[in-house]
Amino acid sequence: MKILVPVKRVVDYNVKIRVKADGSGVELANIKMSMNPFDEIAVEEALRLREAGVASEVIAVSIGPVKTDETIRTALAMGADRGIWVKTDEAGIEPLTVAKLLKAIIAAEGPSLVILGKQAIDDDCNQTGQMLAALLGWPQATFASKVVVGEGTVDVTREIDGGLQTLRLALPAVLTTDLRLNEPRYASLPNIMKAKKKPIEEKTAAALGVDLAPRLEILSTSEPSGRTGGIKVASAAELVAHLKTAGVL
Amino acid sequence: MADTLPTLLLAEHDDVSLNPVTARALTAALALGAPVHVLVAGENARAAAEAAAKLDGVAEVLLADSPALAHRLAEPVAALAVALASGYGALVAPSTATGKSVMPRIAALLDAMQVSDVIAVVAPDIFDRPIYAGNAIQRVRATDATRVLTIRTASFAAAGEGNAAPIRALDAAAPTSGASFVSEEIAASARPDLSAARIIVSGGRALGSAENFHAIVEPLADALGAAVGASRAAVDAGYAPNDWQVGQTGKVVAPDLYVALGISGAIQHLAGMKDSKVIVAINKDEDAPIFQVADYGLVGDLFEIVPALQAEIAKAKA
Ligand SMILES: Cc1cc2nc3c(=O)[nH]c(=O)nc-3n(C[C@H](O)[C@H](O)[C@H](O)COP(=O)(O)OP(=O)(O)OC[C@H]3O[C@@H](n4cnc5c(N)ncnc54)[C@H](O)[C@@H]3O)c2cc1C
Ligand SMILES: Nc1ncnc2c1ncn2[C@@H]1O[C@H](COP(=O)(O)O)[C@@H](O)[C@H]1O
Repeated sequence: MKILVPVKRVVDYNVKIRVKADGSGVELANIKMSMNPFDEIAVEEALRLREAGVASEVIAVSIGPVKTDETIRTALAMGADRGIWVKTDEAGIEPLTVAKLLKAIIAAEGPSLVILGKQAIDDDCNQTGQMLAALLGWPQATFASKVVVGEGTVDVTREIDGGLQTLRLALPAVLTTDLRLNEPRYASLPNIMKAKKKPIEEKTAAALGVDLAPRLEILSTSEPSGRTGGIKVASAAELVAHLKTAGVL
Repeated sequence: MADTLPTLLLAEHDDVSLNPVTARALTAALALGAPVHVLVAGENARAAAEAAAKLDGVAEVLLADSPALAHRLAEPVAALAVALASGYGALVAPSTATGKSVMPRIAALLDAMQVSDVIAVVAPDIFDRPIYAGNAIQRVRATDATRVLTIRTASFAAAGEGNAAPIRALDAAAPTSGASFVSEEIAASARPDLSAARIIVSGGRALGSAENFHAIVEPLADALGAAVGASRAAVDAGYAPNDWQVGQTGKVVAPDLYVALGISGAIQHLAGMKDSKVIVAINKDEDAPIFQVADYGLVGDLFEIVPALQAEIAKAKA
């Protein structure tokens, strides 16, 4: 079976972003970009399934403007077999639109499993996997922390409020990863070299029949109301006195 | 834009009781300006529906009770909500694990783009939401015919309880889907729920072991009547269960008092707690970023400070 892994190029999680002074967005010029951390976990899980003989091929897909192929290349260097790049003029394609593009790609590729990250750490939407499952009419399991593929089914343990839940999904199905599913591998130097020869197929939204027009109009982007540091106290006794005065004890 | 169609709020509950985050999401739903109906979907969920009927401002409770809705799997709940959607201008749910799973599914079936994690309702179609772990706030206008929203409940006060809204039973036959429930491990705890607690004590990597977490963090929490939280590092290392994680990708909380023990204050952690009213940090590194958001900082070894703090609290409460 084939596994499709959508990977998003995002601002690296170590970067502290800055809001543009004119409120038009977030400063993205000359900023370190990386694969969304949850997507690295998704790639890793797909590779482990291939290495276990469950999957035959892992395809990394990304939707975005110039340089998005770097992120696909990262997935290939980790071990994905080939890439698909839906090249757009702009970044920031909405989850609903991404889901529609992925649906069109899935119609052609026929994977049994699609593994996405649970959320992209830039827009923090946490939507795309669920939307894709809905558009395909497939079952979904979000926030996966354990994945066991059986005969035509997959058992997924999910991180939910209060604990863990296990679901059984009939394949084909859509999964989204949580942090504790696995520890993604680093790409080795030989694999980075090998990845340069792996194919990345370019596609356009027009050819896939999807309109990229956003549904949410972004009116402004602003700094959150800041919080300033308070005081240092010298002892537990002093701390308790302050907390009593503040009325929180 | 005045709403003509009512708003449908999906209740967060476990059939037996209503989760308090529902009352907070209700405040956001009422801010849309239209009558609010609450959908209680589950199996043997009448008790939860009765609790929802008490919430102030609820016009009607819809009870969809069926074995097909047991455990509120995303597929049947989404099918149910979509079948009801034409009568509503907006569909709203709290940003819980359930809400996050089902709402985008509903949105896609309605061909609508969801607004995730609403922290303010500016107008019936204009919302504020955090992006980049809360380091920026985006103001968006939703242009779809039906608005689909998840609500960051820490940003809204709970609606009161003094109502007796009518409860209407729905025919809840749901189509079969490819997902089935296998099992659940839900930890029973006598402590307050993290997302509704007035005080939270959280521990980080510095605790060093599950035993220490249990011996240091939990007694302090109990002395304060607090819920227990954790950093990702503490959860990953197995010191605390996953649903205690506070942060960008865990729970977002805003208690009256948040006590961070041996937590450095990475942006992903701050994203989950920086709206707390009073923040206390105990850390042996005086330059730890957590001190930049802490109202009261104590520099030192938590293994010495926490027992002393507990003794002081006992004195203060005596
Ligand atoms: C995609 C992604 C999502 C993430 N989501 C989250 C999230 O939701 N929540 C979250 O918390 N993190 C999250 N993280 C992880 C985050 O970046 C940090 O790695 C994590 O918060 C660090 O946890 P910590 O503060 O416990 O550990 P550390 O950063 O290791 O800090 C330990 C602190 O303890 C102090 N210390 C050590 N010994 C003592 C002692 N004896 N007494 C007092 N102080 C002591 C040290 O000075 C240090 O400041 C995420 C990361 C990524 C990449
Ligand atoms: N532009 C994109 N290209 C590829 N995958 C994406 C894109 N946007 C979102 N995804 C996938 O959807 C997941 C959730 O994203 P989101 O719904 O935006 O939080 C990500 O972790 C990716 O797996």
